[in-house]
Amino acid sequence: MTTILQGRAHVYGRAHINTDEIIPARYLNVHAEADLARHAMEDLDGAFVSKVQAGDFLFGGEDFGCGSSREHAVWALRGAGVKAVIAPSFARIFFRNAINNGFLALECAEATILAEPGDAVELDLAAGRLRNLTRNREAAFVPLTDFARDLLAAGGLLPYIQAKAPTVRTAAQAGA
Amino acid sequence: MGMTLTEKLLAAHCGRDSVRPGEIVNAALDLVICHEVTTPPAVEMLEKLGITKVWDPSKILVTPDHFVPAKDLRSAELASALRAWREAQGITRYYEVGNHGICHALAPEQGHVLPGQTIVCGDSHTTTMGALGTFATGIGSTDLAAALATGELWFKVPETLRIDLAGRLPFGVYSKDLILALIARIGVDGARYMAMEYGGPGLAGLSMEARFTLTNMAIEAGGKNGIMPADAVARAYVEERTDAPYTVFEADEDAAYAGRHALDLAALEPMVALPSLPSNGRFIGEVPPERMDQVYIGSCTNGRLEDLRIAASILKGNKVAPGTRAIVVPATTAVWKQALREGLLEIFTDAGCVVSTPTCGACLGGHMGVLGPGERCLSTTNRNFVGRMGSTKSLVYLASPATAAATAIAGVIADPRDYLAKPDLLDAGTDLVAAGADDCLWGV
Ligand code: SF4
Repeated sequence: MTTILQGRAHVYGRAHINTDEIIPARYLNVHAEADLARHAMEDLDGAFVSKVQAGDFLFGGEDFGCGSSREHAVWALRGAGVKAVIAPSFARIFFRNAINNGFLALECAEATILAEPGDAVELDLAAGRLRNLTRNREAAFVPLTDFARDLLAAGGLLPYIQAKAPTVRTAAQAGA
Repeated sequence: MGMTLTEKLLAAHCGRDSVRPGEIVNAALDLVICHEVTTPPAVEMLEKLGITKVWDPSKILVTPDHFVPAKDLRSAELASALRAWREAQGITRYYEVGNHGICHALAPEQGHVLPGQTIVCGDSHTTTMGALGTFATGIGSTDLAAALATGELWFKVPETLRIDLAGRLPFGVYSKDLILALIARIGVDGARYMAMEYGGPGLAGLSMEARFTLTNMAIEAGGKNGIMPADAVARAYVEERTDAPYTVFEADEDAAYAGRHALDLAALEPMVALPSLPSNGRFIGEVPPERMDQVYIGSCTNGRLEDLRIAASILKGNKVAPGTRAIVVPATTAVWKQALREGLLEIFTDAGCVVSTPTCGACLGGHMGVLGPGERCLSTTNRNFVGRMGSTKSLVYLASPATAAATAIAGVIADPRDYLAKPDLLDAGTDLVAAGADDCLWGV
């Protein structure tokens, strides 16, 4: 995985941004990333999809992604081009879905004050640091656990399981 | 040092004597539940990987529930994908439309949930089933794919927040009021990443159906799971439904808890959670009598038989206020049928309510009562987020079925205690609640 990423900041500092805002339930009758991407963050900021570009970062408030278990929330953001979500804390299922997808969800205490919308931000995965290139600010994020790192390196939970236990696949395939 | 109930269960399912919070373990799964929204993506992932067989069809339960009967073409496609997959996999625990129900209500009701099990489902309210002494948690579709392929899943052992209940619920106050009061106290992330373990002497006085409401809304406090010991009430509930063997786990006396909260049930009053967070709970006396365009009684939180009996006991002989719509959605087909037999559906329709087939429906803004801009709805569901039940300009208030029924009659948010027959005036045999429900509902 490339360890230095650059992108623009989108900032939604409110706490408890929930999955109904990230991808409203009225769109749960589809699950292709491209379809979901058209409605990412729609109920919070209808203009988000017109602003976001591939490789951008989304900065959120505490308990980001609370609410339903829909993985569609991660897919919608990724489909819209978001490279990483950075927040002081995440709701459990959102975080789990993110790393299961090999998608970056990083905990950073200063997430809501590091950047203003549109700032250029650099994410240094190896160093565990975020740099606001526009305003010359820097912050550390909580290092990922070894397990989360392994999942990200593998590209998500399913490739991870397959690489770790090829027998799982063959047993399942051969299974009566 | 001892272990909490959740730690005990996870240890037993990963072949260990003990586990500690923060550890990552791979736990064996006893039951995987699938519905039509999150399962088809998981099935597609498995197909892409060339995994054509699930690990054990006998440990999987399937029901369409979110948009049933199919609300539009796309939902129909999801449901038929689910149907075709379960057929190809030879999964026999299948509840087709006509037999279906909201999965978190259906699975325990039909005897599939046993104390001591580990259960996952691609749905956040899977926590509901922890009321039977199981570890039950919601997952996403990738997790679901892994669970279906391997029969196990990784978990970070959660810390446990202990909730000690004492006393009995007063007249007109229900477990929904209890959980709304608790979430108002600890906040929507008060139990983030944690197991919420309920216990204490107050538990014994709560019926099984009332308990499901408590574990159901563990996720509204950010909890990983809600859990309580499988006591005599839980075991009787299970044994009425199945003769499958099971194991009962108990928390150790010296278990380590991340925090403790004590709640005196006797001090509670009817609660209403104001828009737009479940933690905005207020005692009903502090809530202005706002006019409601709609009242919704249903969902995996409060669509069970007891809930309908309570609502019917209030609506009987009354009319829904002009300008207000009331929608009743039994959680499962069995609840619907029993409500029919008991005359509850007739009471609802005579009062001017709409009675729907079981579905998640408007709980998540799907169908059967989606809210328009500017509308207000008092609902027995679990989330009042912006746009949850429809328009982002609508407002949702959460409350118990009793408060919902009283509000339907008044047309404004109303205190159910003004509408319920006082317990000492009950004419045994004629009152629906007295006839059907546990005495604990009355707190007498
Ligand atoms: S009833 Fe509502 S909360 Fe329960 S599973 Fe369905 S959509 Fe989710």
